[in-house]
Amino acid sequence: MYDFAYHKPASVADAVKLLSADPDARPISGGQTLLPALKHRLNKPSAIIDLSGIAELRGIRREGDKLVIGALTKHVEVADSAEVKSAIPALAQLAGTIGDTQVRNRGTMGGSVSNNDPAADYPAAVLALDATIVTDKRRIAADEFFLGMFTTALEPGELLVAIEFPIPEKAGYAKMKNPASRYVMAGAFVAKTKSGVRVAINGAGPCVFRQTEMEQALTANWSPDAVASIKQPADDLNSDIHGSAEYRAHLVTVMAKRAVAAAG
Amino acid sequence: MNAVTPFEGIGASVKRKEDLRFLSGRGQYTDDINRPGQAYAYILRSPHAHARIAGIDTATAAAMPGVLAIYTGADTAGLGSIPCGWQIHNKDGSPMAEPRHPMLAEGKVRHVGDQVAVVIAESRAQAKDAAEAIGVDYDVLPAAPTLDAAQVPGAPLVHDGVAGNICYDWHIGDKAVNDAAFAAAAKIVTFETTNNRLVPNAMEPRAAIGDYDTTTGEYTLFTTSQNPHVIRLLMGAFVLQIPEAKLRVVAPDVGGGFGSKIYHYAEEAIVTWAAGKLGRPVKWTCERTESFMSDAHGRDHITKCSLALDANGKFLGLRVHTQANMGAYLSTFAPCVPTYLYATLLAGVYTTPTIYCEVTAVFTNTVPVDAYRGAGRPEATYLLERLVDIAAAETGIDRVEIRRRNFIPNDAFPYQTPVALQYDSGNYTATLDAALQAADWAGFEARRAEAAKHGKLRGIGCSTYLEACGIAPSAVVGSLGARAGLYEVGTIRVHPTGSVTVLTGAHSHGQGHETTFAQLVADRLGVPVAQVDVVHGDTAKVPFGMGTYGSRSLAVGGSAMFKAMDKIIAKGRKIAAHLMEASVEDIEFDRGTFRVAGTDRTKALAEISLAAYVPHNYPIEELEPGLEETAFYDPKNFTYPGGCHIAEIEIDPETGKVSVVNFTAVDDVGRVINPMIVEGQVQGGVAQGIGQALLEHAVYDADGQLLSGSMMDYTMPRADDLPLVGVATHTTLCTHNPLGVKGCGEVGAIGSPPAVMNAVVDALKSYGVRHIEMPATPAKIWGILHAGRKLAAE
Ligand SMILES: Cc1cc2nc3c(=O)[nH]c(=O)nc-3n(C[C@H](O)[C@H](O)[C@H](O)COP(=O)(O)OP(=O)(O)OC[C@H]3O[C@@H](n4cnc5c(N)ncnc54)[C@H](O)[C@@H]3O)c2cc1C
Repeated sequence: MYDFAYHKPASVADAVKLLSADPDARPISGGQTLLPALKHRLNKPSAIIDLSGIAELRGIRREGDKLVIGALTKHVEVADSAEVKSAIPALAQLAGTIGDTQVRNRGTMGGSVSNNDPAADYPAAVLALDATIVTDKRRIAADEFFLGMFTTALEPGELLVAIEFPIPEKAGYAKMKNPASRYVMAGAFVAKTKSGVRVAINGAGPCVFRQTEMEQALTANWSPDAVASIKQPADDLNSDIHGSAEYRAHLVTVMAKRAVAAAG
Repeated sequence: MNAVTPFEGIGASVKRKEDLRFLSGRGQYTDDINRPGQAYAYILRSPHAHARIAGIDTATAAAMPGVLAIYTGADTAGLGSIPCGWQIHNKDGSPMAEPRHPMLAEGKVRHVGDQVAVVIAESRAQAKDAAEAIGVDYDVLPAAPTLDAAQVPGAPLVHDGVAGNICYDWHIGDKAVNDAAFAAAAKIVTFETTNNRLVPNAMEPRAAIGDYDTTTGEYTLFTTSQNPHVIRLLMGAFVLQIPEAKLRVVAPDVGGGFGSKIYHYAEEAIVTWAAGKLGRPVKWTCERTESFMSDAHGRDHITKCSLALDANGKFLGLRVHTQANMGAYLSTFAPCVPTYLYATLLAGVYTTPTIYCEVTAVFTNTVPVDAYRGAGRPEATYLLERLVDIAAAETGIDRVEIRRRNFIPNDAFPYQTPVALQYDSGNYTATLDAALQAADWAGFEARRAEAAKHGKLRGIGCSTYLEACGIAPSAVVGSLGARAGLYEVGTIRVHPTGSVTVLTGAHSHGQGHETTFAQLVADRLGVPVAQVDVVHGDTAKVPFGMGTYGSRSLAVGGSAMFKAMDKIIAKGRKIAAHLMEASVEDIEFDRGTFRVAGTDRTKALAEISLAAYVPHNYPIEELEPGLEETAFYDPKNFTYPGGCHIAEIEIDPETGKVSVVNFTAVDDVGRVINPMIVEGQVQGGVAQGIGQALLEHAVYDADGQLLSGSMMDYTMPRADDLPLVGVATHTTLCTHNPLGVKGCGEVGAIGSPPAVMNAVVDALKSYGVRHIEMPATPAKIWGILHAGRKLAAE
C-alpha cells in the first residue's frame, strides 16, 4: 500500500469538501474493494476519506411505497432487516448471498453500487427495481446510472448518499457464482414494478443490463416458462477461463427462469 | 501413574494436544518470530515468462529511505546453485540435464515470478517502495509455458544448453515382453489424458528469517519447512558453503505444506546470505499472490496409455508414455516424481504382468513443478483407474467385476510387480466390499432414477487404489538416483521423574504428530500423553532427520521411536534387575512396569529413571547413568496403503455444476494409532482430491502469464463444495516395520480424483461420454451436454 493522508469527516458536506479540494482523494466505505486494490498497489490515492463516521449515510427507512437505504448500510444489515425482508424479500435474500460473512459485515450498498463491478450483485437489484440513486448533488435514475464496466454516472468527488427502491409487486433473484471468486458469473433480477416488468442481468456482460425481450415476455405471461426459450445473444458477453460467452448467455436464460420462479 | 487411564495408547482417538495453541491463535509461525534489529527483504520478481536481462538499474532505489542493500544475480553469481536432490538417468544411461538454478536471476528470467533482485530495508513497505524504483531492462523472448509449446520444433529454449527443453527421457519395464503381450491381446483399450496442474496453497504462506551471530559466526534460518535438516544440508553444503555446525535451521509451527514446503527455495538462501553480509537479521514473508508464482506447483502430465486384455478381461499388459512438466528449474524432488513415485505405481492393485512406461520430462517457462500431496501416485492412480473404467465400458464387463478379476489375490503377498516394487500386504477385496456396502452401491440405480425425476443426472464411481509411501529404504532410493538417505531419527529422553521428551526428525505441519507420537510412548512406556512432549523442527535440538513427506513420519519416524524405546526398555530391564536383585532375563516389561517374572515384585518406569539419574544404587560398573536413547531407522521397504473410494455425484444439467453428494473411503493404512487423526487426514486428502477433480487448475496463457494467479481465479475447494466424507479402515499390517503401520497422509488425495471422475462419466453415460478431463467445471460439463443436445437435434 502506498502512503496516503487519512480523513474521517462527520458529515456529507465535510466529506464532499475534502473530495472537491483534492481530485486524487478517494472515499472509503466498507473497504472490501478499495482496500485489496490499495494492498495490491493498484490504486494510489493521495487521501482516503473514511465515510464511516457520517451518521446521515446510515439506516433503512420505509417512506410510503419506497424503501430508502443509506449508502453506508452493510450487506448484513440489508440481509437481516425486517423492513427489507417484508418489503422486498428478494433484496434481503440477495444481500445475504454477497461474498462471505466477513465481507457482508464490512461491505456496503453504496460502495458496491458506486463501484459497479460487472460481477457484483446489487447493481442488478438497483436496475431491475427501477431505484433512484441519491447523491449529495442530485437524483439519478437507475437506467441512467450504470454506464459501463466500473463506470457510473457519479462525477469525480460526488458521493452516493442513499438509494430509493420503489416497492415492487414481486421480485426474484438467481445467480450462478463464479466457482473461484464466488462473484456473479451470470445473474438475473426480475421485478414486477409500477413502471412495468424489469429484468436486469449481471455478471454475464461488462456491465449490468436490461433484458428487454424477457421483460416483454414476462409482461405477457409472468411465469418461468415465458423466459425459458428466450436466448440471450452471446455477443458482447464476458469470456474467461471459467466460461465462454456462449455459456454465460445460456446461464442468463436459466437464471432468469429461476429468478421468476423464486419471485413466485 | 503407570496405568494409563483413560486408555491413550494405540487405537485411542486422543484429542490433538497441539490444537489448543493453534485454535486459540497462539501458534508460533515463522512470521510471528521477530529478531532484534531485524530488517525486511522484498523480492523483485519477473513479470515476464522469458526474457533476457539487458541491465538492472538500482541507483534510484538504493538511495530511497530505509534501504540497506539491494542485491542482484551479479552479487550471488559466485554462490552455489539451488540443488536438486534426485538424479534421473536417460534411457541411454546419461544423466538428466541439470541446469544451474541461481538464487537470483543471472542474465535471464525463466518464469513469471523468477527472482530478479532483493531489496533489504528497515521496513517491508520501504523495501517494496524501493523495489518499484528498480529499473530492469528486459528483452522479452517468446515463451514455452506448456508441454506442447516447449516441444514443438523450434520451441524457445528455457535453458540455452538444454536441447529441445528435454530434462530427461527415461523408461522402466521390459519393452520386448510388453510388445509381445500387446501382440497377443484380444482387446486393446487406449486413452489419453492430462493431469491438471495444481497450486498447493498451504494456509500459511512461505516465510524465512536469516540471522547471523557476528560473535560466534553462527547462522540461523527460521523457515516454513517440512524438513529443516534437509534444508540445512542442501543450503549449507551446496549453496552457501556453511558447515552444519555453524548453521541452525528452525522450522517452528508450520501452517500446512502438502509438499510445497519440502524444497529448498532461493528465498531461504537469500535471507541467510544477506544476514551474513549485513550482520542483521533479515525477514522475508511471501504474499499470497507471490505464492502462486513462486511455490512449486503440482502434477501437470500429459499421458497416452494402452491396456491389453484377454477375452475374459484379464489385464495382459500396460503401456504408458508420459510427458511431465518440470517448470523452469529442477526443484528438490522434481525428477523423481514422474518416475519412481509414478511409473512404479502403475501396477496398482492388479496382476498386470508387464508394464512399460516412458517418461519425457520437459522444461517450460513456468514455476517449478514438484511433489504435491501424493506426488506421482495420484497421477498414476488417476490414469489407471480411469483406464480400468474405460476398459470395463469397452469390454462390457461390469466395472467392479473387472477389478475383482484382476486384483492381486490375498495369498499372493509378498507380491513382486513388474515395475520394481514388492508389496508386503493388502486385502483389496475386503476394502472394496466394505466400501460397496457403506456406499450402498447396490441401491444406486434407484437413487439415479429418483434424481432423474428432479431433472438431475446422478452418477457413481469407484477407484481401487494403492500407493507406495513410508519413504524409503536408503540403499534402494540411492540406486535410483536419490542424493540422500531416507531413514528417520528418534530420540526418547526419559526424564528423572518419568516424563518423556521425544525428539523426532519428522516435522508436523498439521498432521498431529505431537499427539500420535505421544500415543506411541503412552502405549509402550505407559507414560500419560500429557507427560510426553514431542520436539521437532530444530536442527539444534533434534540430532538429525529427513522430515515429513511421502507419508513417512509414522512408518519411518515412528519406527525410529519404537527402536529407541527398545533400547530404553533393554536398559531399564538391567536397572530393574539390579534394583530387584533378579537376573535380567527374568525381568518382564509391560506398559511402564518392570516385573520379576512370576512374582508381584515390580518397579515403575519412574523409579527406574530416577535410579538412572541418581545412580546411588545402580550397576554403575556396567551401565552409564541416564535414560535417553536414539535410533536411526532405515525402512526395509516402502509401505503400501490401499483401499477403495466411492464417489456419488449429481449434475445440474442446466448449469453443468457437479455436486459430490456422497463420498465413501475405506482405506487400509495399516495399524491405526489415532482413528480420529486418520479420519481427518483422509478427509483433508479427499478435499484436495475433489479439488483436483472438479475445481482446481493452474492455467498459463501462451505468453506464460498465470491466468489463475489468485484466489479470484484459482478455485480452492470450500466447505460447501465438499460432502461429509465417510471414512473407514480395514487393516492389514505392514509386515516390515515394528508398528505395522503404512501411512495415511496421502491416500485421500490419491484415491479420490478417479472415483469422482468415474462418477461424472457415469452420470453422463447416456450422452455417450467416454472421458472428461479434470477439472470437471460447470462450463466444461455444460459444453459437453450442450454439444450432446446439438448432436441429438441434428
Ligand atoms: C472476498 C470478497 C468477496 C466478495 N464477493 C462479492 C460478491 O459475491 N458479490 C458482490 O456484489 N460483491 C462482492 N464483494 C465486494 C463487496 O461486496 C464490497 O463490499 C463492495 O463491492 C464494495 O463495497 P465497500 O463498502 O466495501 O466499498 P469500498 O471498498 O469502501 O469502496 C469501493 C469503491 O467505491 C467508492 N465509494 C465507496 N463509498 C462511496 C460512496 N458513498 N460514494 C461514492 N463512492 C464511494 C470507493 O472510493 C471505491 O472506489 C466481495 C469482496 C470480497 C473482498
